[in-house]
Amino acid sequence: MTVILETKGLRKNFGGAQVINGIDFQINEGETRCVIGPNGAGKSTFFKLLIGEHKPSHGSIHFKGQDISHVLPFRRVGMGMSIKFQVPGIFPDLTVEEHLKLVLQRVTTLPERAAELERLLDLFRLSDEARVKAGNLSHGKKQWLEIAMAVGLKPKILLLDEPVAGLSDEETVHTGELINRLKAEGLTMMVVEHDMDFVRQVATRVTVLHGGQVFADGDLHAVLDRDDVAEIYLGKR
Amino acid sequence: MESSPSIMNGPADRLAIGRAAETGLLKKIFGTQLDGPVDLTLILIGACFFLPAILSEAGISNLAYCLVWTFAAIGLSAMWGYGGILSFGQTAFFGLAGYAYGIFTINLGESPAATWGGVLTGLVLCVVLAALLGYMIFYGGIKEVFIGIVTLSVTLVLETFMAQTAGPQWAIGSARLNGFNGMSAMPSLVLPSFAAEPILLEGTNFYFLVLAMLAGVYFITRKLLNSSFGLTLESIRENPHRAEMLGIDIRRYQLAIFVFGSTLGGLSGILYTVWGSYITPSSMGLTAAAMPIIWVATGGRKSLSGVIIATVAMLNLSQELAAYGSQYALVLMGLILLFVVMATPQGLIPTIKEKLGKLFGR
Repeated sequence: MTVILETKGLRKNFGGAQVINGIDFQINEGETRCVIGPNGAGKSTFFKLLIGEHKPSHGSIHFKGQDISHVLPFRRVGMGMSIKFQVPGIFPDLTVEEHLKLVLQRVTTLPERAAELERLLDLFRLSDEARVKAGNLSHGKKQWLEIAMAVGLKPKILLLDEPVAGLSDEETVHTGELINRLKAEGLTMMVVEHDMDFVRQVATRVTVLHGGQVFADGDLHAVLDRDDVAEIYLGKR
Repeated sequence: MESSPSIMNGPADRLAIGRAAETGLLKKIFGTQLDGPVDLTLILIGACFFLPAILSEAGISNLAYCLVWTFAAIGLSAMWGYGGILSFGQTAFFGLAGYAYGIFTINLGESPAATWGGVLTGLVLCVVLAALLGYMIFYGGIKEVFIGIVTLSVTLVLETFMAQTAGPQWAIGSARLNGFNGMSAMPSLVLPSFAAEPILLEGTNFYFLVLAMLAGVYFITRKLLNSSFGLTLESIRENPHRAEMLGIDIRRYQLAIFVFGSTLGGLSGILYTVWGSYITPSSMGLTAAAMPIIWVATGGRKSLSGVIIATVAMLNLSQELAAYGSQYALVLMGLILLFVVMATPQGLIPTIKEKLGKLFGR
């Protein structure tokens, strides 16, 4: 099993606050890893460390075997990391089509582009809105557009931060189906999420963060069925 | 849960109608995107070649003066409208390039080589200095409103510096900088010819030169902004953080468009210096620095044809009002800017186009 993304002894402090307290973490190729944990566990900080928006205080981050601890975010994306943020990051004045052309022009040649554009529009159910300015899309469509862009980059790993935040139950289920389709195509993914139904729908493995450390790590059911995991969510630990 | 067809989406639906109108009749009339077989802006510029048959010499000279400034406006539209970079530095490069032309030609004469050498020197100077300033801004992490502040500071410092170069020690070769009075008596551009005398590009000839340059600059700018470079630039304008997180080195694109746009400001400066045979520090003053912003905001910063039309129209208006006193022109410019910002923030001309589009779309 190839390790795609890995952290070794990762620590991050802000002033006196030790937010990430020594995390050893590995994602293998083809996995869909969900990272969960109660509020304040350090999930956001961990995510930002992985993508390069924070610098580690200690420890290292490795991508495809290379140390990327001090690599700028845009270069990490260039190396094969693709990111979807919690708040939809779209370009309001550009059309849906232009969004996808923007990413496809970086990874496809001109002859392939039209077909790939159609495929993405179809996969993410955005064909009807191809010429609509993204600023006018519903929240759910914006989320899907952002995932479409992230997938369009043909990444080695897709990192998603709360992809179903603000979505209806139906939209959440549909997003889960999308993630599972991508999983079936072999895409490696890491999903930070609060929504447990969604986690159950998509995860192969789950990592639980608590107090800036890995509290539990393993197969979906092995972890979620544990009493102590439930307890940290209820604040008993 | 099927994705709703666009008819259900309200604003998207109206937008779809607008788009249909835009791609249909409106595009046939105003097809300014160089995507179709006909580009109306280029046709309009072409038609202007026939104006000397209708207008007087004074009228042509005045029109040439107005056209000279369109390059700075196109440059600002590319930087601001497409790149989201509000630069107050157009007049800094305008002045620098103008002075460069003056110094070069006063020292080296009025031959075709000297005058066009002056043009080239001015442009190269702009490219180099814009690259330096741009590197400091974009690789130094200066963002958003601070870009405007830094570029305005550069412009005003340059004006202040040039205004105090009155003494005889302030000379480059035989060209005295002359402080606040500025430099004058530089030669017109000339073209070599087989006849005894080279062709002097003055009067109507100068007008044709500027028109030809405008056609060329518009074409190149349009192609550039329609390309994948242009799309990437627009994404940086809309959401720079997101663009970065798609793997785009946004600093590189911002620097490139800043150099491109600023050099066009320099081109205006050179042609202005040629037109009037003078260049003064006031061309880099606060008032002067604000003018391109007003024209581009009015013309619609994302519309190249809009900014060309707005620049020529507003300058022409200023010229007419100057007969009554230049303060009236400034007051009017200020009022127009207020109106545009409050009522038609996309720009006067794009708003008119949109309204016409809806009218024809129904």
